[in-house]
Amino acid sequence: MSTIAEQEVAPKLTAKDFASNQEVKWCPGCGDYSILKQVQTVFPDFGVPKENIVFISGIGCAARFTYYMDTYGMHSIHGRAAAIASGVKALNPDLSVWMVSGDGDALSIGGNHFIHLMRKNFDLNYMMFNNQIYGLTKGQYSPTSEKGKVAKSTPYGSVEEPFNPLEVALGAKSTFVSRSLDRDPKHLQMVLKRANEHKGTSFVEIYQNCPVFNDGTFFAFSEKETKKQQALFVEHGKPMIFGNNEEMGIRFDGLTPVLVNIQEAGLSANDLWIHDEKDKTKANLLARFMDWDQDGTPFPRPFGVLYTEDRSTYEAAMQQQITDIVARKGKASLDKILSGDKTWTIL
Amino acid sequence: MELVENIVSSNASLIEADSIVIRFSGDSGDGMQLTGNQFTDTAAYLGNDLSTFPEFPAEIRAPIGTTAGVSGFQVHFGSREIFTPGDEYDVLVAMNSAALKVDLPRLKKGGIIITNTAGFDKKNLGLAGYPDGVNPLEDGSLDNYTVHKIDITKFTKDCLAGTGLGMKEIERSKNMFVLGLLFWMFDEPMDYTITFIKEKFAKKPEIAEANIKTLKAGWNFGDHTEIFTTRFKVSSAHLPKGTYRNITGNHATAIGLVAASEMSGLPLFLGSYPITPASDVLHELSKYKTSGVKTLQAEDEIAAICAAIGASYAGGLGVTTTSGPGMSLKTEAIGLATILEIPLLIVNIQRGGPSTGLPTKTEQSDLLQAMYGRHGEGPIPVIAASSPSDCFDTVMEAARIAIEHMIPVICLTDGYIANGSEPWRFPTADQLKPIKVNFVTEPNGPDGTFQPYKRDEKLSRPWVKPGTKGLMHRIGGLEKANNSGNVSYDAVNHETMSLLREEKVQRIADYIPLAKVDSGKDSGKLLVLGWGSTSGAIKTAVRELIEEGHDVSHLHLRHLNPFPKNLGEVLSQYDKVLVPEMNMGQLLKLVRAKYLVPAEGLSKMQGLPFTTAELRNKILDLLK
Repeated sequence: MSTIAEQEVAPKLTAKDFASNQEVKWCPGCGDYSILKQVQTVFPDFGVPKENIVFISGIGCAARFTYYMDTYGMHSIHGRAAAIASGVKALNPDLSVWMVSGDGDALSIGGNHFIHLMRKNFDLNYMMFNNQIYGLTKGQYSPTSEKGKVAKSTPYGSVEEPFNPLEVALGAKSTFVSRSLDRDPKHLQMVLKRANEHKGTSFVEIYQNCPVFNDGTFFAFSEKETKKQQALFVEHGKPMIFGNNEEMGIRFDGLTPVLVNIQEAGLSANDLWIHDEKDKTKANLLARFMDWDQDGTPFPRPFGVLYTEDRSTYEAAMQQQITDIVARKGKASLDKILSGDKTWTIL
Repeated sequence: MELVENIVSSNASLIEADSIVIRFSGDSGDGMQLTGNQFTDTAAYLGNDLSTFPEFPAEIRAPIGTTAGVSGFQVHFGSREIFTPGDEYDVLVAMNSAALKVDLPRLKKGGIIITNTAGFDKKNLGLAGYPDGVNPLEDGSLDNYTVHKIDITKFTKDCLAGTGLGMKEIERSKNMFVLGLLFWMFDEPMDYTITFIKEKFAKKPEIAEANIKTLKAGWNFGDHTEIFTTRFKVSSAHLPKGTYRNITGNHATAIGLVAASEMSGLPLFLGSYPITPASDVLHELSKYKTSGVKTLQAEDEIAAICAAIGASYAGGLGVTTTSGPGMSLKTEAIGLATILEIPLLIVNIQRGGPSTGLPTKTEQSDLLQAMYGRHGEGPIPVIAASSPSDCFDTVMEAARIAIEHMIPVICLTDGYIANGSEPWRFPTADQLKPIKVNFVTEPNGPDGTFQPYKRDEKLSRPWVKPGTKGLMHRIGGLEKANNSGNVSYDAVNHETMSLLREEKVQRIADYIPLAKVDSGKDSGKLLVLGWGSTSGAIKTAVRELIEEGHDVSHLHLRHLNPFPKNLGEVLSQYDKVLVPEMNMGQLLKLVRAKYLVPAEGLSKMQGLPFTTAELRNKILDLLK
């Protein structure tokens, strides 16, 4: 037995340790670079050995992420990362499983797996890079593209109503619903840390700029000129305040959220909606802000952790069932299984 | 049925028979499957060899009394070796008019019919589609058969009058009356079924009692009335010494997977989605929690196989089970597993297609899909089970190939052997061959690097469990460079990798048994080449014809990709080759293309297995 002093203490890893030897091949200026950097920056803090981390991705620009992380990983097929990740986690619950998916991969071809993963609640982390466009196939509208979107396959504009990813996740009983963006490194790092800490499927929607096919779609929420007015960064226990001079707030009129000018209305912070990330009803309202306006003024877009819930994970429940039944009945003997209950012997 | 008059008991003579086929037929709700299973289990327990064939409609409850709702269970049991459920039956139990109408054509001339006359009233006759005023029990059309007309419904009601049970429960017990009567007819004890009933209705003793009472009433009815002048005795079969159990193909598949897990030391993971006739494997495996088996009922067929791929990637034995349409849905994921080169078992319990096709009926029409049903060049091994108990060995063999060669394997069974049963001289655990697993934990490349696609003598690549220190690597669906496994679009590399994947499959032939003739000589006029569930019918027909002095042999294939190395050589020893298949000639195409032999096919696509007679006729035709 060695004393603590004698034990080899592994040096803390750095962001560089998480970079694979593969050349990163996204387009210049792609938001994916920033997301990769933030992931590599925060991972050393998680203290999980590299060999215990698995990235599973589907198909699309975002899905190439897997090749750039020096962890275990599988770049799989379109839409199916959630199903593959479920199998990985079910078999070996000790692995730290991360998924990378785009808006088309997650919500179009992989929509069925998306909703069922949320409900089953495997303990893994789901990063969905939302750029509201199909990039790898060169610019078709996606299930998150706004109605009327002019793209390669919709030269006269899309006629479809888009998905609101956070609303879908909440409806599918997700236990961790959050949103961040590529161009706010600190915020993204904070949300990734929260996702890692959460036991259950942590859904992180990441607004990601596609400079080639959908440039600037989310700049309103990241650029200095508009960010404070149009983005709302929510924090548990803090009032909903935004605006260039933090002059705007959100309060409830009955069950209806209302935009208010705090001073003009003679209110204090305590009169405002205090964010409670355990409150699903309010999380649903927050998720719907993107569809609402008040007399033509759009509601600000919320970022941060909208909702969390403690619920047993699939793999733990699955393992527990096995443990309980083995405790009750004992470990099965193969001979008993081969013979079954009813046999006869021919002499 | 060869009968020898033997002993005379109470009021009926006891006749010795070497084999008997009984068909239990009734409405979907009449409990014919349970009745047939109980009769089968008792016969098995008495040491008969047997083969069963349950046949039921795709609808759970088709309109009562119609021909669409007829559910049948056929059992062939005997004192000699039995390989098929029988072409024709000696005894037909018809619980209503529709059952008689559907199943009469396959009753032997002079056979016995036991009918429930309550099922032949005006209403039932009409529902079965008999013209107004026509009743087959009355019009002399059954004069060539021995017909027993019994109001089973009324006897059951009388028997259970005063028990306090409702009409519905009482009606439901009428199958027990039939079972009791048949036990008497075939001189079989009721103990086994009485124990079964007591266990099944342990929490409802009044129901258990009613069923036992009705069962005994059926027996006594046979014994006391003088309607039945003969009883039959089928002696135990001279099966090889040993301990047996009765088993269906789906059950054998399930425990074969558990055995493969134990023999390899790999945790078993099944990803599956409910589909007929594969669901029973999911049901069965879900019970084996005490073996640590993890089963996941996925949201769809695609998720089911993808979860299994994830489990294999994580270091488990990943399995998915499915049928027909499910197989089509899994195709893209099978391609992924093919390029990932990971162990995976895909069990396809074939049914009639295309599309939804015949969900509850059998067919062997997915062979070419298994061989070629992927975009791109995606060769993988294919093997097939030939009987209910053979599903066990075949699944274990599939697992061995998958694990030892690092490759996804398609294992084919079909609805006929999946639901059918036979006695199985099961192995003990220590008789099973271990499956070698080699998880790599050390670097294999220059300068301590790891090369995930560096191959061994089998051309298989190293399997590394995530969690293994120092060997982090990425794999995926994009083509990869030989050895390093890095994404590669290099033109020549893609051809190299395509050829390597094919060669890897072909090299499996070095690790499987050579083809060996099952019956008959090693050369001659005609070889009957079969695969899968046709085994029993071919074996029966060929053995009969050999005994009759004909020059015919039978070879049955388990390994379909790759074929055994000597198959071409074996085929060349015969003047003619006949390939009977429940499809349009899929194995036929493969052997013709590969070996350039003038083989001929015999097709059947009726949702039913071949009869021995069909095969005999074709063979005799070719021998002319």
